[in-house]
Amino acid sequence: MKTALAVALAAAAGFSTQAPAQAKEQFVPVNSYWVGPYAPGGSGIAAGMIDYFKLLNARDRGINGVRITWEKCETEYRNDRGVECYERSKNKGPTGATLIHPLSTGITYSLIEKGTTDKIPIVSIGYGRTDASDGRVFPYVFPLMTNYWSQNTAKIKFIGMKEGGMDRLKGKKIVNLYHDSAYGKETIPILETQAKMYGFTVTHIAVPHPGNEQQAQWLQIRQVRPDWVILRGWGVMNPTALKAAAKIGFPRDHIIGVWWSGAEEDVIPAGEAAKGYIAAGFNAPGADHVVIREIQKHVYAKGQGELEDKSRLGTIYYNRGVLWGILTTEAVRKAQERFGKGKPMTGEQVRWGLENLNIDDKRLKELGAVGFMQPLKVSCMDHEGGGAVKFQQWDGGQWKVLTDWIASDQSIVRPMIEASAAQYAQEKGIARRDCSTEK
Amino acid sequence: MELIFFIEVLAGGLLAGVMYALVALGFVLIYKASGVFNFAQGSMVFFAALTFVSLTERGWNFWLALAATLAVMVLLGVATERVVLRPLVNQAPITLFMATIGLAFVLEGLSQLLWGSQPHGLELGIPDVPMEWLSRKWNVNISQFDLFAAFVAGALVAVLALLFQKTRIGRALRAVADDHQAALAVGIPLQHIWAIVWAVAGFVALVAGVMWGVRNGVQYALTFVALKALPVLILGGFESILGAIIGGLIIGAGEKLAEVYLGPYVGGGIESWFAYVIALLFLLVRPEGLFGEKHIDRV
Repeated sequence: MKTALAVALAAAAGFSTQAPAQAKEQFVPVNSYWVGPYAPGGSGIAAGMIDYFKLLNARDRGINGVRITWEKCETEYRNDRGVECYERSKNKGPTGATLIHPLSTGITYSLIEKGTTDKIPIVSIGYGRTDASDGRVFPYVFPLMTNYWSQNTAKIKFIGMKEGGMDRLKGKKIVNLYHDSAYGKETIPILETQAKMYGFTVTHIAVPHPGNEQQAQWLQIRQVRPDWVILRGWGVMNPTALKAAAKIGFPRDHIIGVWWSGAEEDVIPAGEAAKGYIAAGFNAPGADHVVIREIQKHVYAKGQGELEDKSRLGTIYYNRGVLWGILTTEAVRKAQERFGKGKPMTGEQVRWGLENLNIDDKRLKELGAVGFMQPLKVSCMDHEGGGAVKFQQWDGGQWKVLTDWIASDQSIVRPMIEASAAQYAQEKGIARRDCSTEK
Repeated sequence: MELIFFIEVLAGGLLAGVMYALVALGFVLIYKASGVFNFAQGSMVFFAALTFVSLTERGWNFWLALAATLAVMVLLGVATERVVLRPLVNQAPITLFMATIGLAFVLEGLSQLLWGSQPHGLELGIPDVPMEWLSRKWNVNISQFDLFAAFVAGALVAVLALLFQKTRIGRALRAVADDHQAALAVGIPLQHIWAIVWAVAGFVALVAGVMWGVRNGVQYALTFVALKALPVLILGGFESILGAIIGGLIIGAGEKLAEVYLGPYVGGGIESWFAYVIALLFLLVRPEGLFGEKHIDRV
């Protein structure tokens, strides 16, 4: 209640200040949404990220002695508010904004050129513009970990595994039930490519926003009689889909959701109908990870946690926020290695840190994040860095991880990314960087 | 086979239409009594459902939570009359409409402030799954919950129709709807009538919120169900309870049939705007809606 009140006041003011200016501090804007239809995702992710910053400040005195500071700004998942938050936060702190997590594909699109001009990295983890994975064209944009096209190839791999091999996909029927928006349509081209490659048929069925009524779509699905349904939903569309699937008797363990359809908030409202449903994820669920236990010990035990409802610790969105916190601070740490340990980094320096991130198994262990996230190696060519996903199943009470990290098929994805990025570069008159000259 | 599928789509659409009508009824009540298009009806649905589910999750007995929520909605209705409407008596309808826009935002913010923004599941013990005997015998899937919702909507319409047609309050409500000043002149207490009608609309919002909450979970997106009610109102008429039901059935069936049979030719996802096409086509023939009152202005 107290947090909600503070956020409401912050929302009314459009902005809130978390901490007074300090000499050695690294400022990170936390632009998110705590109210409105997408608040469950926005509030969970923001809390996870802030709690990780609090952990580093409490346990390690920040990053090599540089304390992390942050400010919350309510975007309401709206592009105009997202841009406003960006403008307000970009010059805060001793070195300006470290980077921006727009937390919305729409806001990401609005900030690509601004961030590039202002030399502030735009980091879109698990969303945003897929072809920005080509760092030669998008030097300041980082769709880290995995993009929609990559996860789609992993999803088809997973279905192949379930069917007993990729060759068994021939003749299968897959329905792509998608949110009728740019986000929802993003994977249509790659699904078409994969359908031709593996010999399955794919039927695309659109669900108009917000997706709170899907009887017609599921009756169509019943008529198609697919072997699998890919659910590319957002918000209320997800539980509604699961309820509607139950209504026509479609098995939930043959519905595979994207990671924006695979949080507790997507299944709890569907009740029993969600049992057995499978979703992709790029962060593991659960509170039994070293990094989460550390947060409990150093932050929550002192009553300084960001979450009012502690049962959200270890949920998908919260853990995703912790992951974002790890990537943010690791990029700063990497930048410090080159530009000066114990100094606050500028956006330009952090861009270098992001582009040279290399979180291997050894580093994952040090971070307490083995199994929590995949190893990540970013480069000038590849701003995605990972590409793998895990699959998890809802058992009615919690998400159970079904698989290890399943790698994406970059032989399909990368040429499509490069072609799309080249087209963007041509339209905008951007000269591609020569990565061999980057240091 | 095709015929069975058509019947299934039609039946599903009609039952979806009943759900739309449940929301539309709230709009009709307030418009009928005050000539105000209540923009906040969707927010009232959300507020009612969230309050109810939050109380049950805190261990309240189902009926106690329902009664407490109803009390809250009645209080909300009375407060709306006192704080929002009373100062605006005899103002232009657009002023009252703007006030309800403000009310919608306040309610949405207040709901999340009080109960948080997390989605909740809601079950009434009536499974939202197909009736087995119908599936087995005819291969037609009709949900038990949808039938229950249809029954609830029918009962609600019957009760509201009785209230409006057979009671003193109903007559007073109709008088107020016709002319505020004339009603005041003959001694009808306008404030009381408005408070009553807003409280009843709160009750309707609670019923709609619970039904939609079972269907999709209780979350902010419940405010969007108002969008589903708009074409129903355009078609059925803003002042007719029967119109809300008939309008709901036509819109529900029409949009589902359009989505299934026309959608594939135009890329799908057409049902949300096609509902408005149906409503606007009806308006060409009956500008006041199917059951709306014809207004004759002397010039």
